[in-house]
Amino acid sequence: MSAFQEVIRNNEATILSGWMSELAGSTRRSDLINDADLQRQAAELLRLVVDAAQTSSDVQSEAFAGTREFLKEIAKSRMEQGFSPAETAMFILSLKQPVFNALRSSVKSTSDLMDEVWTSGDLLDKLAMLTVTTAIGFREQTIVRQQEEMMELSTPVVKLWDGVLALPLIGTLDSARTQVVMESLLTAIVETNSQVAIIDITGVPTVDTLVAQHLIKTITAARLMGADCYLSGIRPAIAQTIVHLGIDLNDVQTKAKLSDAFALALSRLGKTVVNVKTAPTKAKEV
Amino acid sequence: MDRIPILKVGDCLLVTIQVDMHDELAMSLQEDLTSQIAKYASRGVLIDISSLEIVDSFIGRMLANIAAMSRVLDAQTVLTGMQPAVAITLVELGMALPGIKTALNVERGMELLQAYLNQDVEPEETENDGAQE
Repeated sequence: MSAFQEVIRNNEATILSGWMSELAGSTRRSDLINDADLQRQAAELLRLVVDAAQTSSDVQSEAFAGTREFLKEIAKSRMEQGFSPAETAMFILSLKQPVFNALRSSVKSTSDLMDEVWTSGDLLDKLAMLTVTTAIGFREQTIVRQQEEMMELSTPVVKLWDGVLALPLIGTLDSARTQVVMESLLTAIVETNSQVAIIDITGVPTVDTLVAQHLIKTITAARLMGADCYLSGIRPAIAQTIVHLGIDLNDVQTKAKLSDAFALALSRLGKTVVNVKTAPTKAKEV
Repeated sequence: MDRIPILKVGDCLLVTIQVDMHDELAMSLQEDLTSQIAKYASRGVLIDISSLEIVDSFIGRMLANIAAMSRVLDAQTVLTGMQPAVAITLVELGMALPGIKTALNVERGMELLQAYLNQDVEPEETENDGAQE
């Protein structure tokens, strides 16, 4: 490693300027990052790599901890700025050409040169891989977070009336989502002390045996806790599918529309909705 | 605690399970409860399990048994305060406890029992469910 870092140290200014022109030729994104910042990051990285290479050539070793940390920071901030993982990796890979040039001019023996080119190339590749891994990991985290948020957004438990909850389901029901649905509904029943819960499946495109089984489980669990659970929003096509599949919904109170289920819920609570006729004499008094 | 206390409230018996149920405790509750129903000629039994966090298949079956036995002795059982996690577990175990009336809390459970006692006629479907067990 000695030749590699010695060469870099001796030709730091040349390598840096070579690196900058390489970057300008390949993936320079002047719309996303300015020259001064790029130069500062490049110089800092070069310094870290040379210091680390002094003691070890293994990127995963303790000596490279600082370099790894710095690269991760760069990768993260680049992702936030809108760079693609490939562009982030090219930031490191662009260093190859100037390093090779410097090595070629200072190492005379061909076999030594080959060795140096190989080791330095290997090192830079690994560092580039590190930025890609970090960038992808960062993106994966975002996806997982968004999945969770979508899961919560798509299963809102709404209170229709004192003692009446509704759960308008949107999208396909799978086992993972059913678990969330079940838990959020049952928790909401306890929190709001509700006697009736309505599961509305207007937004569910398909109902197969598995989905029906999940729904029946949720309804049974609600019943065990002492709440009545109605199913509404069953479209004609879904009703046909359910009968064709031989799914038994006899124990479940079903209604075609959410409004019908709500009316049933109100009557179950002993409440009715009446028209209020405003007396004209009263209006005058006001 | 050796025994679960059974309180007499008018025509009804009130059982609040405050400790984790183990099998022996469940058996003794079953015996105590049936003898108390017979002794006081109670018409309703309210079992509150709001502080139970774990209910296994044995306890689930025991609850179903208690309900069936009470019905034989002409008493209606209401189970109150089941936690969401417990409800999910029982459903996953395939124990829907048919024939047991449920309520969200003790207050609602008492209302349910009172309504039943005032009505003084046992609903048809409850008997059918009991017979299937």
